[in-house]
Amino acid sequence: MSTLRFIVDNFDQVLYLSWEHVWIVGVALLIATPIGVVLGIVITKHDQFASKVLNGANILMTIPSIALFGLMLPVLSIVNMGLGKVPAVIALVLYSQLPIIRNTYTAIKNVPPSLVDAGRGMGMGKWKLLRELEIPLAIPVIIAGLRTAAVMNIGIAAIATYIGAGGLGVYIQQGIARVYPEMIMSGAILVSLLAIIVDGGMALLERLATPQGIKVQRKLAR
Amino acid sequence: MKRLLINLYRVVLALAILAAGVVAERTGLMELLSDPYEYPVIMELFIQHLYMVTVSMTFATIIGLAAGILLTRKRFRRYAGICMYIIGLGQTIPSLAVLALAMSFLGIGTKPAVFALTIYSILPIARNTLAGITAVPPELIDAGKGMGMPPLKILMEVEIPNAMKVILTGFRVALIINIGTAALAYVIGAGGLGDLIFTGINLMQTDKLLAGAIPVTLLALFADFLSELLGRVLISRGLRLSD
Repeated sequence: MSTLRFIVDNFDQVLYLSWEHVWIVGVALLIATPIGVVLGIVITKHDQFASKVLNGANILMTIPSIALFGLMLPVLSIVNMGLGKVPAVIALVLYSQLPIIRNTYTAIKNVPPSLVDAGRGMGMGKWKLLRELEIPLAIPVIIAGLRTAAVMNIGIAAIATYIGAGGLGVYIQQGIARVYPEMIMSGAILVSLLAIIVDGGMALLERLATPQGIKVQRKLAR
Repeated sequence: MKRLLINLYRVVLALAILAAGVVAERTGLMELLSDPYEYPVIMELFIQHLYMVTVSMTFATIIGLAAGILLTRKRFRRYAGICMYIIGLGQTIPSLAVLALAMSFLGIGTKPAVFALTIYSILPIARNTLAGITAVPPELIDAGKGMGMPPLKILMEVEIPNAMKVILTGFRVALIINIGTAALAYVIGAGGLGDLIFTGINLMQTDKLLAGAIPVTLLALFADFLSELLGRVLISRGLRLSD
């Protein structure tokens, strides 16, 4: 109850910090998506790089977030950007790569070969096949990858408050430092709520982006 | 062309190692590590970190496996869907928030940290156990039944071996998240290698920062390797061959 009181009393700040949190995650996703999708498409066409790229992304994902911030700090402080939003966004971009690349790769690999053959029979070139057949069919799975990345990034962005990136993690950090349970609670609840809302929103987007044909096919299969 | 690329790769790798050495020297990392007073402190924090990870992972594996297996039994199967949903929701809660919540209820120190790590690691293990056992082909279970296996024997000899790959993936995810979260446990007073990282960030002491960040990273990579090795031992040969 007192947590609710805290949120209502500091509503302006809550809004500002939420916006900051969403901004960090959003910018990171905007940068990560083109990189990840292009890499994912490239490795479906050149299969010999697939395991290498996926392994590399997997290693990036394995590095604990606070350690990654720590490892980047001395490097980025050469250009005076060791703390703040820049390293946070870079870390989130790196972490997003694995879900995005993996989902793009499996989605395009799983396009039925009969459809690709049909497209080729209709005289589609490589680019046209990609643009009109493979990508539209793969898009729901690619968005599922973005969804995983977004939810994960919201959690990691909360940690980024320790390198001065701001966001809702500030409440958790300050709450711990001041032993102020209401502040911790509101930070934890707001971050989780944000993650759940984004998860739901992306699920909706996933459904909207599914091509009409696939939906009909699924209905018929049932 | 390929030859050239491989050679280039080797040269780049050698240069990277060289650069890492130069950085370690320049930032004072080598000096810090060879300091007779600092070295034991770092070792102690490392052991503290390992302690938190092992204790919480042991509990989490036992509880997660038990919960996953229980939820696939006939009597509890109808709760499996809702439990899966709750676990999914639980996984969206950030690790830092779980630690902070544990602190606000249990106070500071190692115990609340281990508690939070345990709770957080149970989720992926339970989820994958549940998913793995549910995905075992029903005809295999039927075959077991036909051979006169009692339910316990079906579980031990059919369901778990077939689900092992998925269960191990859950274990691996839990272990890596656990190592990363244990580095955050410093903020609720539990020590561990996070101590060096946070102190390094706050004081802008690169040597301390790297002395914490590099071992944590290596530990996580080693854990990843270890779980892959575990797969070699625990997944039965026949299943590996069919892949």
